[in-house]
Order: sequence, then C-alpha cells, then structure tokens
Amino acid sequence: MKSAMGLTGSGSRDWVVQRVSAVILAVYTVIVFGWILVHPHFDYAAWYGFMMTLPMKIFSFLAILSLVGHAWVGMWTVFTDYITTSQMGPVANGLRLVLQSAMIIALLVFMVWGIQIFWAH
Amino acid sequence: MPAVKSNRPVNLSMGQVLAVNLRSPVAIASILHRVSGIIIFLLVPVLLWLLQGSLASPESFAHIRDQVFGNIFVRLLIWVIVAGLIYHLIMGIKHLFGDMGVAEELQSGRTAAVVAFVISAIGIVASFIWLVVL
Repeated sequence: MKSAMGLTGSGSRDWVVQRVSAVILAVYTVIVFGWILVHPHFDYAAWYGFMMTLPMKIFSFLAILSLVGHAWVGMWTVFTDYITTSQMGPVANGLRLVLQSAMIIALLVFMVWGIQIFWAH
Repeated sequence: MPAVKSNRPVNLSMGQVLAVNLRSPVAIASILHRVSGIIIFLLVPVLLWLLQGSLASPESFAHIRDQVFGNIFVRLLIWVIVAGLIYHLIMGIKHLFGDMGVAEELQSGRTAAVVAFVISAIGIVASFIWLVVL
C-alpha cells in the first residue's frame, strides 16, 4: 500500500522534492544570513529595501514553499521510522496519524503566515 | 540450529543499536542531522515572528532590535536556531555530495563526516560569539 501521508504519494518523487527544496533553502539561507553578516548594524530602511525587492519577495515565496515540502518529507521520514508498532505496539498507528496531521497543519500555517509577511501589503 | 535458515529481520535492542552507532561518526552525523531538522521545524514560528516584526514597520523593527535582541535568553534561543541551521546546512551539503557518489564509501564517508563536524563546530562557535557574547 502506498503511504497515505507522504508528500507526493511516490517515494522517488518525495526524494526529488527533498533535494530540490534543500538546494533552494540552502541558497536562500546563505543569501539572507550573508546579507546580515555584511551589514552588521543595518536599519529598517536597508533591511526592508533588501527583503522587499521583487526578486527577494519571489525568492522568499519559493523558500517558504520549499520549507513546507522539505519539512513534510523530513518529518514524515522521522515519524514513520520511530513511531512504529514494532517499537511502541498498536498505539503507534493512531499516534503517528495525530502527529503527522499536526505536522501538516503546522506547515500550512507556516506557509500562509510566511507568504503574508511578504505579500500582504 | 534451525532446519531452515531464517531471513526474517531481527529487531536489535536500543542498547545494541547505541553501542554500535555511538562509535561511528557517520551515524552520529546522521542522527544529529535529523535532530537538527526537528529543532528547526519546531522553531520556525520564532523565525517567522522575527521576520514579521522586522519587516512590518520601523517601530516593530526597533522593538525586535532593542527589546527582543536585548534579551539574552531570546538571543540564546536564536543561537539555537542558527546553530541548527548551520549544522543541518553543512550535513545537507554532505548528503547531496553522497547522492552524487562523492565520499560515500566507508573510509571516505567517515572522513566526510568528521570534516563536516569540524566546519559545523566552527560555524556554531562563531555564531555563539556573534549572537550571545558580543
């Protein structure tokens, strides 16, 4: 039976999503933290002027979507590896369903929250 | 001795698993990669809150800069996130190299894990000095 709560329903597709999103998140993280490092005492105007340019708004949007995909696949892997009936007994199935659902809901909240920071005004 | 050789998988005890894996830099690097990912996932709301406050208005930016970053415990929390990001990023790059067939054999894998530990440790210590000490 295919996994009900993996991201794409395909292990190889999840694998690709995990890697592509990893590269997007890595480049985004280096650019944002790199900017902070080379502007040690930046003010609001400089920060806003950097993050709210159209390229950075689009890049931030991609990073937020990547975060959702990356964390979904990663947390799914962790839950299905450790919350198992062989380690915890039959209670594991219900517990895993609850944890996976909470994880997915949290990621959707992060997604809307993150997008509105950049696109609400 | 059983008449038929069993191919059924065996579940090792946690003690046996730990005894083997705690001597392997590759295994330690791997489990900490998972732990750091979980920590980052749990603390994403803190990052979003900082991002929102710092971008919403000059007043909220000043609040984040003075009140939030003025608190040593918040700076410690932010350092935990930054340390998790540094470690997860470095180990993720190692993982992508492994996907491409680089440094994924026993000895080269151990070397890659140790090199990644050293690079991460330098970044984590530097970020501690930058965020908490200074």
